[in-house]
Amino acid sequence: MAAPTKALRTDEMVLSMGPQHPSTHGVLRLELKTDGEVVEEAIPHIGYLHRNFEKHAESLPYFQIIPYTDRMDYIAAMNNELGFVLAVEKLMELGGKPISIPEKAQYIRVVVCEMNRIASHLLAFGTYGMDIGALTPFLYAFRDRETILGLFEDICGARLLYNYIRFGGVSRDLTPDFHHKLRRFLSKFEKNIDSYNTLLTNNKIFLERTKGVAVMSIDKAIQYGWTGPNLRGSGMKWDLRKDEPYSIYDRFDFEVPVGEIGDCWDRYKVRMDEMRESVRIVRQALDQMEEKGLLDDPNYAAKVSAKLRPPVGEVYFRTETPRGDLGYYIQSDGTNVPSRVKVRSPCFTALSAMRELSRGLLVADIIAIIGSIDIVMGEIDR
Amino acid sequence: MTAEEIKNILSGRLGEEAVLELLESDEEGMTVYDPPQIVVRADLIAEAALVCRDEESLRFDSLMSLGAVDNGERLTALYHLHSMTHRHQIALRADVPRAEPSIPTVENVWKTANWHEREAGELMGIAFEGHSDPRPLLLPEDWEGHPLRKDYVVQEYYKGMKVPY
Repeated sequence: MAAPTKALRTDEMVLSMGPQHPSTHGVLRLELKTDGEVVEEAIPHIGYLHRNFEKHAESLPYFQIIPYTDRMDYIAAMNNELGFVLAVEKLMELGGKPISIPEKAQYIRVVVCEMNRIASHLLAFGTYGMDIGALTPFLYAFRDRETILGLFEDICGARLLYNYIRFGGVSRDLTPDFHHKLRRFLSKFEKNIDSYNTLLTNNKIFLERTKGVAVMSIDKAIQYGWTGPNLRGSGMKWDLRKDEPYSIYDRFDFEVPVGEIGDCWDRYKVRMDEMRESVRIVRQALDQMEEKGLLDDPNYAAKVSAKLRPPVGEVYFRTETPRGDLGYYIQSDGTNVPSRVKVRSPCFTALSAMRELSRGLLVADIIAIIGSIDIVMGEIDR
Repeated sequence: MTAEEIKNILSGRLGEEAVLELLESDEEGMTVYDPPQIVVRADLIAEAALVCRDEESLRFDSLMSLGAVDNGERLTALYHLHSMTHRHQIALRADVPRAEPSIPTVENVWKTANWHEREAGELMGIAFEGHSDPRPLLLPEDWEGHPLRKDYVVQEYYKGMKVPY
C-alpha cells in the first residue's frame, strides 16, 4: 500500500501488537512506533515460548532429545527430527562408528519430510490468506493438511509431534496401504494447487496487499542470515537439498523455485511452487521404493543401542526445513548425554530483519510481512 | 579451499600471533571437528571476521550460527561461517576467561549477529563489547544468572513467585 502524504503533522504513538494477536502466528509482541498509519519502527519482543531446549538437551541421553526437537517447530516436526538425527549420525560416522541405515528407512525419511513440508506450506498459505482477509483458502488448506496429518497418524500415532525419525532409521514401518493412500492424495492435491492459485495467488486484492511490499535484496537477506523460501524469494537459488545434498536427496530430480524481487508475494509464491516440487520428490521416492522392492522389506531401522555414545568432538550440521536452514551444533564428550547442543533457527534470523524490513510501511503491511516470512514462535524462542 | 589454507590467509593478514590453532578431525576419528575450527585471539575476532568476509578468496558472506559454549575455565564463542560464493565452510573459535568474559561484537560484519549475540550474551553471560543493543532477548530483563552455564542455579523467586524447578 502507498503511504499517505505527510500533510498533517501527527505525534508518535507506541502501539503494542501482540503477544495475543491472531496475526502474529504465536506469541510474538511487536512494539510499533507509529506516526498515524505509518510505522516508523517495529521492534520485535520474543521469548514468550522460551523453554531453553538447549539446556534440556544437556541433561538427556541422545534418544530422549528427539521428542524435544519436535516441540521447536511443531508445524514441521519431521524435518526438525531429521536434522538432529542426521547431525548425530554424522558425528558417529566421522568418529569411525557409522550407523548403516536401511534403504527403506532412507526413503521413508524423505517421504515423511516432504509430506511435512507440504503440510507446513499449506499452513503458511492458509493463514497468510486469513491474515490478509481471505478466510476460504484457509479452510481448503486445512482440508488437505488434514489428509497428511491423518497419514502421519497411521504410521506413528501422532498428528503433530511424531518422535518418528530415530537414529538408524524410523520408529515404525509404513502401514500396508500407506503408499496407495499417499498416491491418491498426491494426484488430488496437485490439482488443488491450481485452484489455490486461482483463489489467492492471483487474486487482485491479495496482489495489491503483497506485491512490492517489504522488498529484501539478496545481499541484505544473506547479511541477515535469511535462508529457505525467504532467501529464495529474493532470487537466490540456494537449497541445501540441491546444494549440499544430505540423506538421499541427490537421487531425486526437482527444481528450486525462486522469486524475482524479494517482496512478500515472491516469498509466498516460492512456497506455493515448492509444494509442487515436494509432490514430485514424494512420487519419485515411492516409484524408486517400488522398483527396488522396498515396500515389503521389513527392514526399516538399524539396531542402535539405547546408550548411544558418539565420539568426542563437535559437529555442525544443517538441513533444509520448510523454513530454511536448520542447524544443529552438537558437542559430545563421549558419554551418552551431549555436553552442548545449539540450534540455529531459520525463523530466528528471519524475524531479526523485521526492524529494518518494516520501516516506513503501514500497520496493515506489518501483518503482510509476518505472514510472508512464515515464522513459528516455538522455533524462535526454543 | 582447505582449512589449512584459510588459516594461513588469516595469519598472513592479522599476524602470526592472532591465529592460535587449527582444530581438525584426526584420522583415527578420536576427536571430530566438523567443520574445522580456527582458534583466534578473542580481542581480534572482529578483525578476523572482517577478513573472512571481505578477502576475495574467502568471502564468508553468511554467518550460519553463532554459539557460546561453557568449557569450564573458559567460555567459548563459536562462529560457523559459510560462503555463498565459494560454497565452503569454516568455524572461528575464540576463548574468553570465565572471570572476565568479554569479546568484541561482530554485528557490523554480519547483521544477523545482532540477535545471535544478544542470545549468547544473556544465556551464557558473555559480554559483546560495542554491541548496539545488548538488552536480553529471550529472558525477562531482570532474570538472574545465565542459564546455559554449567554451574547455573535457578533463582528461587522471580517477582515474588516461586520458580517451580
